Amino acid sequence: MAVPDKARASYEVSRYTTGARINHWVTATSLVLLAVTGLSLFHPSLYFLTGLFGGGAIVRVIHPWIGVVLFFSFLGLFVRFWRANLPSRSDAQWVSHPVDVLTGHEEKLPEIGTYNAGQKIMFWLMSLLIIVLIASGVVVWDQYFYPFTTIPQKRVALLIHSIAAIVAILNWIVHVYAAIWVRGTISAMTRGKVTGGWAWRHHRKWLRDILASRS
Amino acid sequence: MANFEFVLPPAPTSNVKPIFGEQDLIRRSASTITPPAKRQTEVAKLIDVTKCIGCKACEVACLEWNDLHHEVGSNTGVYDNPPDLDPDIFTVMRFTEWVNPETKNLEWLIRKDGCMHCEDPGCLKACPAPGAIVQYSNGIVDIDHEKCIGCGYCIKGCPFNIPRISKVDHTAYKCTLCSDRLAVGQGPACAKACPTHAIVFGTKDDMKKHAEGRITDLKSRGFRNAGLYDPPGVGGTHVMYVLHHADQPELYAGLPSNPTISPIVELWKGAVKYVGLSALGFAAVVGVLHHLVVGANRVTAEDEDNAGKLKQGRS
Repeated sequence: MAVPDKARASYEVSRYTTGARINHWVTATSLVLLAVTGLSLFHPSLYFLTGLFGGGAIVRVIHPWIGVVLFFSFLGLFVRFWRANLPSRSDAQWVSHPVDVLTGHEEKLPEIGTYNAGQKIMFWLMSLLIIVLIASGVVVWDQYFYPFTTIPQKRVALLIHSIAAIVAILNWIVHVYAAIWVRGTISAMTRGKVTGGWAWRHHRKWLRDILASRS
Repeated sequence: MANFEFVLPPAPTSNVKPIFGEQDLIRRSASTITPPAKRQTEVAKLIDVTKCIGCKACEVACLEWNDLHHEVGSNTGVYDNPPDLDPDIFTVMRFTEWVNPETKNLEWLIRKDGCMHCEDPGCLKACPAPGAIVQYSNGIVDIDHEKCIGCGYCIKGCPFNIPRISKVDHTAYKCTLCSDRLAVGQGPACAKACPTHAIVFGTKDDMKKHAEGRITDLKSRGFRNAGLYDPPGVGGTHVMYVLHHADQPELYAGLPSNPTISPIVELWKGAVKYVGLSALGFAAVVGVLHHLVVGANRVTAEDEDNAGKLKQGRS
């Protein structure tokens, strides 16, 4: 048990390029900043978080700009990963075995390509949410866009924006938890590499494809 | 016209001593407070639209007292000037020309627009900055510019479209009901300046009584729908109107007939706020519990062996 995974790794496989990793961490940083600034204005009990940025007025100014960064950064991720997130035949089988998924009995699941069905759902849901968030966010960005919509439209936008943000943060919690729970995952986004064993266990079809393309 | 005071009796502005401060808050934005045990006498401004001559003395008095310097605008062809409320204009006269279908008379309806000081203020409900909008127990709703962050949520919360965000200091501005004058026992500047006493100020009860007298008079002169505008949808207001056509408040430049805080704002500031935050907390707890029960999903030595075999088989 004490032996770390890496010590007995047979070999490593490259999973993410340097560009993809930078793109990911820019997105991650802006998402976290957006969540913190957004939540600070969402519930009074979290207003103290504005202190991290220098007060509520600064939060009001920077939140939408970080949103713009996130939008374009996520767009980069979308362009990189959308093909790998198209549905495949094994997805239905993965989704229909939630207990095996949640207990880590991957031997009972089909062989997975680059992404499993859960990751794909997360990807498409996040893409949709970010479109909703940027669109509703622009409507309530009074500094530059106040004259273009009516007050009743802005009210609806605020409601949609807050609900979409909550769902996006929930999605983020699942994403981060999965990366922690499935040991050996985080190195994919730090060093860009995973061990052969990790790939065999979690994304066997992807590993087969990679090894096949090398030979 | 020598004896002006005889023609127009003094407005009841001198009967109240509204000395108040922080200790008299009954609502504070984004905060939970314990309201004082004893509520101050509620005050109100009564605007008798039927007596207004549209002279705009109230606008001028408001600018003077609040030291507002508005850019000189341009005439847009109507009497409305300035055309709308803005961060430097807390009150405007809104002029409506209306042909009464019963009498065929052209009626000139002039309504002094501005903050209504709702008993249930939508601006305060929507405000995310603790203490940026406060309500005193005498009914005044006021903005603390030191605490306002300029997000504009108050604009979305207000059922009357009143607050405006300044492009200079990026905080919200609106009528204060001259809270700084009231605190030292003075009436609002607009009421002081009104030459026809169409604007009067006093306790809310007195103002309702005063309105009753006006309405009786108007009814005796043929305005059978004359009435008081004190909309119950926002718990009543501390700026009230006497209208000749109280059955159709919309005639008066779109005064809403039944203003309430938008249900969308109520949902956003109610269920969504609590359910949303709970959902995030719940998700975090589920994650921790899952990890405690299931444990980490580790790569086994067997996985690595199999991966090695797969690679060798290929090469």
